[in-house]
Amino acid sequence: MQDLMLILPPLIVFLGATALLLVDLKIADDRKETVAWIAMFLLVGALIAAVMLLYFNRTGDVLYGFSNMILTDRYAALLDIVFALIGIGVFLLTLRYNRVHQIMRGEFFVLTLFSIGGMMLMAHAANLVTIFVALEMFSIPLYVLCGVARPRLDSEESSLKYFLLGAFASGFLVYGIALMYGATGTLDIATMLKQVERGQAPLLLVIGAGLMLVGLGFKVAAVPFHMWTPDVYDGAPTTVTAFMTTATKAAGFAALVRVFLLGPGAFVGSLVSAIAILAALTMIFGNLFALAQRSVKRMLAYSSIAHAGYLLAGIASVANIGQSANAVIFYLATYAATSLAAFGVLSEIGSMNRDEDHGLERYTGLAKRNPALAWVMALALFSLMGMPLTAGFTGKYLLFQSAVSSGLNWLALLGVITSVISAFYYLRVIVHMFMKEDATVAANNEQYYVSKPSLVMMTLASVAVVALGLLPTLLLNMFA
Amino acid sequence: MTSIEPVILLSAVLFTIGAVGVLTRRNALMIFMSVELMLNAANLAFVAFAQQWGNLDGQLFVFFVMAVAAAEVAVGLALIVAIFRTKHSTDVDELSQLRG
Repeated sequence: MQDLMLILPPLIVFLGATALLLVDLKIADDRKETVAWIAMFLLVGALIAAVMLLYFNRTGDVLYGFSNMILTDRYAALLDIVFALIGIGVFLLTLRYNRVHQIMRGEFFVLTLFSIGGMMLMAHAANLVTIFVALEMFSIPLYVLCGVARPRLDSEESSLKYFLLGAFASGFLVYGIALMYGATGTLDIATMLKQVERGQAPLLLVIGAGLMLVGLGFKVAAVPFHMWTPDVYDGAPTTVTAFMTTATKAAGFAALVRVFLLGPGAFVGSLVSAIAILAALTMIFGNLFALAQRSVKRMLAYSSIAHAGYLLAGIASVANIGQSANAVIFYLATYAATSLAAFGVLSEIGSMNRDEDHGLERYTGLAKRNPALAWVMALALFSLMGMPLTAGFTGKYLLFQSAVSSGLNWLALLGVITSVISAFYYLRVIVHMFMKEDATVAANNEQYYVSKPSLVMMTLASVAVVALGLLPTLLLNMFA
Repeated sequence: MTSIEPVILLSAVLFTIGAVGVLTRRNALMIFMSVELMLNAANLAFVAFAQQWGNLDGQLFVFFVMAVAAAEVAVGLALIVAIFRTKHSTDVDELSQLRG
């Protein structure tokens, strides 16, 4: 019984999603919004369960369950909360976007719920078996979700590309786990950690963890394993992209934190240097490629690669592991809020043109046509840039601080320089929105309005961005 | 008890063939088969290591890999069929609607 309590949030999501799959059959096609509301209700339940886990375990002990396959600690509960909130935010966006693009289907919500359940399970993983199963549990529904706008070719294409590269990545992950098992004779992360701490890091373990890093690098879109990211994020429906940039990233980093930061990886010097190099490459190339983009959706895809780079810098900072893990989880929360605000705007714009064109010209003069959308977008872009007083600044500050305290001054410096470079492409969008006139505005007499659920979501996300920027201690106190 | 080294060597060779196959093949089905080869190479390694350590953790993992691979096959083949209906081809080089 106590075991079940430990994984209550993912349990609610999985059981609820299975039941919803049946309920969905009884709901007529033109009333699928009901399914969305039930799904949100389930996520609120999971959210409450996660808050309870946090509340009843105030000392922050690591509680194990299911023969040490599952654990619950502060990070797990906080990540559960983040995943549940992301899910609610995305579902609020789907109410308009999915209706307009005719993908308002029951399975959309069920698949998203299954994916969220897998991500929550990832946050609770204490064993490499759990890591692998959770990874596939959230990935396989995502392959389908990318292609949900079938027969639109770009959606199908994004789906197949994501699937082939995702399967390739899990091949590396599984082989890496096999070698780590071969080196240590166990799949339990804590036991492995003990062996490594005693100074036994055989070559086989290092190679295995390296292969695992490649597999997870694909999932979080780290350079040089990022090739799929722009195509997949660009081709998938915007609501799915919003989900992927925020939740998939958080789940991938949950695994990296468990295996590399809090696990055996942190004690192997060569792996830590490899992660630092990956972080540097990801920051540099993510930001440079983003400079060249004309489509705002594609630009945000590259920006999400760049942000994976900043997060990897946190994974590479192993001097004070607790501090780095706090910084990474905090950054994931701030990035989720920021990215959801930005994609809220994108999904509204995408709802107003059927062909889903996100070229810069669609955003030209947006401040005149719809000030609310323009201001939310501006706030999100400032936060992505890392402007002080926004969540993005606090997040980056904490990450770079832990990098400096681990002696990775060069990495922190590189992070600051690439953040400055990123200001170019973020500001370009802001300039287009606020300072340029839209010449075609008379020609296309579109009604720019924002739907109520999306407005609620964007308001909440914006409040979170500002609140985490001004009062980061609100969230940070939960770590201590 | 026989030595496990030849088995691990074989699994490494299979894994490499699979990885090279994914990178060089242009047909979605062939890429998919190469991925399966990689997963099965890992299974072989798991079983061999389980023999070496004398515990069942590795053999247990193989069952999870097989179950997950079956789920991936179901989804993957459905995706390939869907895209074949639209494009009448399973060549990944023709999937260039989105600039890479």
